[in-house]
Amino acid sequence: MNAHDEDRMKKLLQQALPPVNGEAEPQRDLWPAMLRRLDARPQAAPWYDWALVAGLVGVVAFFPASIPVLLYCL
Amino acid sequence: MRNEPSSVLNEFRQGSVDAFETLFHLHQRAVYGWILRIVRNPATAEELTVETFWRIYQARARFEPSRGFEGWARRIATRAALDWLRAMQHEQESPEDFSVELAAPAIADAAISAEIRHKTALAFSRLAPKLRIAATLVVVEEQPHKEVAEALGISIAAVKLRVFRALRLLRKDLQQQGITP
Repeated sequence: MNAHDEDRMKKLLQQALPPVNGEAEPQRDLWPAMLRRLDARPQAAPWYDWALVAGLVGVVAFFPASIPVLLYCL
Repeated sequence: MRNEPSSVLNEFRQGSVDAFETLFHLHQRAVYGWILRIVRNPATAEELTVETFWRIYQARARFEPSRGFEGWARRIATRAALDWLRAMQHEQESPEDFSVELAAPAIADAAISAEIRHKTALAFSRLAPKLRIAATLVVVEEQPHKEVAEALGISIAAVKLRVFRALRLLRKDLQQQGITP
């Protein structure tokens, strides 16, 4: 793609997606929503997540050779 | 964005909700505007503004007052918007599901039909979010490369490369649809 093609693509993209008004303000005060978010208690992980972690730690502790396999699966 | 007294920044770092509220009200408009430029949807931009400030509050211990709040907030806002773009791309079952905010351009080029504009917008939505975000900010919103690089946490050269790759892939996609840009 040469410089001329690049300019044409830029122009086409600007026509397809006109710029938004970045100076716009939110339509509502967002602080109350922020306060609700701050007050919300973080969700505790369910017991089966901890069981899974414990199982993985056990596998890694007893079979260190499985680490590359686990890393590959991630 | 406006400057804030260093005492507010230090209090915020120590966990003061009052200082956080001051910073929130000082910067929410700029953060919202930046996110709006990326996601192009006012309701989503509002949600992501709250998400951004939530992340800011959670990360307050890592904030360095000497480096300023503005750039730090913008980086976190960009990351939140990028996460949202990625999540939306996974949720899309087909490209047609993507709702493009198709406002009419201020000066419409008669040579470019509405259909081509629509197909271009859809093809653009299929690009990888990290390419899309760079092209949106640089080409569509005409933001300086330096600001975009700082917001994305990459070099200016990397921003230019991402924009170039986005345009090249967009052109290829359109050509496959029989459209010669």
